[in-house]
Amino acid sequence: MRDVEDAPVARRFRFVRAEELPAVERSVAPPDKTLSMRDAVAAFVHDGDTVCLEGFTHLIPTAAGHEIIRQRRRDLTVVRMTADIVVDQMLAGGCVKRLVSSFVGNSSAGSLGELRRRIERADPEPLEFEEYSHHGMVCRYQAGAQRLPFLPLRSYAGSDLPGVNPALRKVTSPYPGPDGEPEQIYVVPPVNPDVTFIHAQRADRLGNTQIWGLTGVQAEAVYAAKRAVVVVEEIVDDEVIRADPNRTVVPAHAVDAVVHCPRGAHPSFAQGYYDRDNAFYRSWSHISKDAERLRAWLDEWVYGTRDHAEYAAKLADHFRDHLAVGEALSGQVDYGRRL
Amino acid sequence: MTTAPPPAAAPGAADAPAAGATSSELLAVVASRALAGRRTVFAGIGLPTLAASLAHLTVAPGLEIVYESGVCGAHPAQLPETIADAVLITGAEAVLPMATLFGAVLQGGHIDVGFLGAAQIDRWGNLNSSVIGEWERPQVRLPGAGGAMEVMANAREIFVVMRRHTPRSFTAELDFCTSPGPDRALADGIRPLGSGVTRVVTDLGLLERAGAGEELRLTAVHPGVTVDQVREATGWELAVADEVAVIEPPSAAELRLLREDVDPGRVYLR
Repeated sequence: MRDVEDAPVARRFRFVRAEELPAVERSVAPPDKTLSMRDAVAAFVHDGDTVCLEGFTHLIPTAAGHEIIRQRRRDLTVVRMTADIVVDQMLAGGCVKRLVSSFVGNSSAGSLGELRRRIERADPEPLEFEEYSHHGMVCRYQAGAQRLPFLPLRSYAGSDLPGVNPALRKVTSPYPGPDGEPEQIYVVPPVNPDVTFIHAQRADRLGNTQIWGLTGVQAEAVYAAKRAVVVVEEIVDDEVIRADPNRTVVPAHAVDAVVHCPRGAHPSFAQGYYDRDNAFYRSWSHISKDAERLRAWLDEWVYGTRDHAEYAAKLADHFRDHLAVGEALSGQVDYGRRL
Repeated sequence: MTTAPPPAAAPGAADAPAAGATSSELLAVVASRALAGRRTVFAGIGLPTLAASLAHLTVAPGLEIVYESGVCGAHPAQLPETIADAVLITGAEAVLPMATLFGAVLQGGHIDVGFLGAAQIDRWGNLNSSVIGEWERPQVRLPGAGGAMEVMANAREIFVVMRRHTPRSFTAELDFCTSPGPDRALADGIRPLGSGVTRVVTDLGLLERAGAGEELRLTAVHPGVTVDQVREATGWELAVADEVAVIEPPSAAELRLLREDVDPGRVYLR
């Protein structure tokens, strides 16, 4: 909608599809940002990049991680609060040199075999690990999104973490503390990934992204990044988004590409679309414990599938029988309109 | 809503007599009693969720359970399997972004009790959930801090539930201090909001401390457990209260609620 100064007022304030516009206006119409996952990863992920995947247990962008593995990206720095199954898979795919995270476990279901081999035995190679707490990571995304030099938080005092992570620094507040004395506080630096991937329930073609249920740290992770790719269960018409603007967690101006990828968050869940695959989480501890078995899994489910549609097709019965969810509609609110 | 079949269902378990409480049931019941009078509890999955849910039905009917995922006032139709289970969201009173949850709810001082677990605890209630061995090349890499450090620093008090009271987990010196109690924080020049660990519920008994400057003291044992047994299972010279109480075993009513209402599928009541 930018720079359409000469367009009639009604057109300036109503979304018009590009093809409806005269040729002269087509160049300034809001762009359709839809891309295939293959093209999005090819365009936005390069060897050596810092890649953020966010989604706190809900809406984990697994399909994006799998496509990064398929395209055999190397030497990535992966930024993710809860390094879980998708990170273990990317480690096994040989994509990751450095991990920035605040939790390295398979949820409450067990261990990450590849991650433990890398950290405990440098097998097959060492993993650089930059460790934070959850709030530390949240503050890093916030500082990154706001282009601030650091953010203070009431964590880390007395912890051994600052001893192994020199990025955690203690400063003296420029303002007196509650008792009038100088106050000390730890700070974390910003993080600005080259690209952030998030998964969401739906977006329009411009990138206006709506999430409900757990919204986690997705908005901050997107705004912190230089580029952002939103992977969605559904692409919807602009009117669907604009009927409920408060549900938009990430607006189009922050989004570079929209990828339509149903069931792309498996084995995590998409509230209202499909449930978490708890059985798979439990089985991952066994699969990943054995390096050979883990590689066989990758061969079958990642390298052996052309794209996520093929992966999801292999799980069609499982989704129907175990992960389907019933309906629990939200109530409606009245946004009102001027009479 | 479709749910996964409960794993390891024990047929007929709900009919078991009250006397046969399992270790998990014992821990959940003792922890639930400690929540009497508390308004907000920050709970993880497993025993803390069982304890908080049972307290909600018994000693703390107004208790609000807050989860790290951002859910406040959860009213799940089924027992959640994770802190982000979809059943926690449907019907919840609020779902907050993480920046609000950590920044305002925790740091803002809205949590009365936080439940934490750990691989190791020391006499001051400092916790290790990061590594066994050296951080650089550990023998065992554990999940790490998550939000535990924030819960420790900001909740008014911390309850720890330990399934096994052993000298390896109750250790004189932590391999790594992930979540420091107030004494370590103060030594680093920063005063935390809360008192740190005030209660540790174990399979042998109950340890308590009031706050900064105090070490954990044995205040109660389960029936049949001796003070010497607890001393032997603790990796430091354990302080013992002048009078050590015997914990009242779970009542038939507590066990019935736990087995029939809170965890009928025995997801956590192993």
